Amino acid sequence: MEEFKKEDFVEDPRYKQCNKEALMGIGLGILNLIWWYAWGYGLGSTSPEKYTYVFGLPMWFFMSCIVGAILFSGLTIVMVTKFFKDMHLDKMDEDEI
Amino acid sequence: MNHVNFNVLIPLILYFIGVFVIGFYSMKFVSKASQSEGEENGFLSEYLAGGRDLGGFVLAMTLVTTYLSAGSFIGGPGAAYTFGMAWVFLAMSQMPTGYFTLAVLGKKFAIVARKINAVTITDFIRARYKSDALVMICSLSIVAFFIAAMGAQWIGAARLIEGSVGISYQSALIFFAITVLMYTTIGGFRAVALTDTLQGIIMTIGTIALFVATIHAGGGISSVVQKMYQINPGLITPYSIKEGFATKAWVTSFWILVGFAVVGLPSVGMRAMSYKDTKSLKKGIIYGTIVSIILILGMHLIGAFGIAVVPGIDSGDLVVPTITTKLFPAWIAGIILAGPLAAVMSTVDSQLLIVVGAIVNDVYSNYINPKAKKDSKRMAKMSFVSTIVVGILVFVTAFNPPPIMVWLNLYANAGLISTFLWPIILGLYWKGANTKGAFASIITGVGSYILFSKIWERPLGMHTIVLPLALSLIAFIIVSLCTEKPSKEVIKLFWGV
Repeated sequence: MEEFKKEDFVEDPRYKQCNKEALMGIGLGILNLIWWYAWGYGLGSTSPEKYTYVFGLPMWFFMSCIVGAILFSGLTIVMVTKFFKDMHLDKMDEDEI
Repeated sequence: MNHVNFNVLIPLILYFIGVFVIGFYSMKFVSKASQSEGEENGFLSEYLAGGRDLGGFVLAMTLVTTYLSAGSFIGGPGAAYTFGMAWVFLAMSQMPTGYFTLAVLGKKFAIVARKINAVTITDFIRARYKSDALVMICSLSIVAFFIAAMGAQWIGAARLIEGSVGISYQSALIFFAITVLMYTTIGGFRAVALTDTLQGIIMTIGTIALFVATIHAGGGISSVVQKMYQINPGLITPYSIKEGFATKAWVTSFWILVGFAVVGLPSVGMRAMSYKDTKSLKKGIIYGTIVSIILILGMHLIGAFGIAVVPGIDSGDLVVPTITTKLFPAWIAGIILAGPLAAVMSTVDSQLLIVVGAIVNDVYSNYINPKAKKDSKRMAKMSFVSTIVVGILVFVTAFNPPPIMVWLNLYANAGLISTFLWPIILGLYWKGANTKGAFASIITGVGSYILFSKIWERPLGMHTIVLPLALSLIAFIIVSLCTEKPSKEVIKLFWGV
């Protein structure tokens, strides 16, 4: 195995896209966390007498959880349909390389 | 408790019949696979991974329902009843579960699983780290933690049936155990995934119906929220009713425990290797995200709003059954209460199969009788027998829980996450991850978790799991960098074409 060199080793070409998609998932998760935190604690930290309401719900909750849920479902759909690519999942044949 | 409530019992029985029908349908695939000869893993690939044939909708439903257990339908709404909007806010840390798991493990996990012919998470660990001791630790932790976790879930299910139908706890437990054992034993993973889908649909419909009825009974959202404000202003803030309980750091750290680290649960990871193609994955991510958000937001809001509709319940856990029986005629209540029961069933059936996988695939066919791998009939017999044996063990546990099980269940989720999270993620994405690093991470993670939960419950203000996970990541990386790299064969198998 000593003569095993970097050139002998062809990395599965599908992985580049896979890694990108995984990073996108992490990125969306972090954005989701920031949205939730910023609206929730940003507006929710004043005293409850001063709360404003939308559809009967406190504004902090409405923005953080209701709008957040809809927005991030939408962003998930965009991420998956625009940026995720279709590929084979099975072992690759020689000629595909 | 002395008279049986047939209005609830009959919808439940109809529902159980539906579940059996799915079991028998899946049995065709299982018995076909048990006839296949010579093929490596022919039988287990069907029995434990459904022949890697899951479509998008089924993938989404089985992922969401496996992850959402009794906690999300009984305990979660119960806590929201007591702590108000703050608990709904906390529960929304599960928003990313639908997309995060499937995007992060993603296609790479599915591709690797096909390359190494893995049908369990431990298969992946074995091929990646080539260590028998590590495989043993993983299999043991699966068997111990999952049996304990299942015991707790079965107790919850039996209590639910006992409370709503009015039969004794023992009969309820037997009724429940026989149903789950039957369809899981005969139908394997395919039956589990398909029943999960049926259960997910029932849970979704039940949640929406109950949500609308709760708001209606409370006179609209505005009036419900104002009533909550009058009961205690803390109920409508993100800080809840007690000073120093729902702190920013603690609530936010739930994103780590229930939002992101869920990737490390074997029952969740299994789903990421059993879908059919990338189209199923895309659909699975979209449906999974939407359905999980509806269920989580809906159930917890029902709990939080519950205080304005049915004030003064002794235990928050009773809020969903109480609202349901108060607002609906008995036979509809029966259908809606099938929802939480479905949540329990869809969780335990997957856990049951994971344990069987650990026994038959990871231990028996690798160490005790390696020749059996190609003998589908033999593997079929072993799998059926161990499903039933494990089922009986869980039954005994639920019938009369021994102290060790109570203790194990307390640590089950955290223990599994600290065992599997980093070995899976780093094994998949980092070529430098090696066996010693994996050992170091498991020992550090599980050890420091048990230690912290005894002496330092909220390290740096966060949930107990966060710091151990960070420590075990650091241990993994440092030890991997200091010891020899993984062999070239392994790297070539995992990363090569």
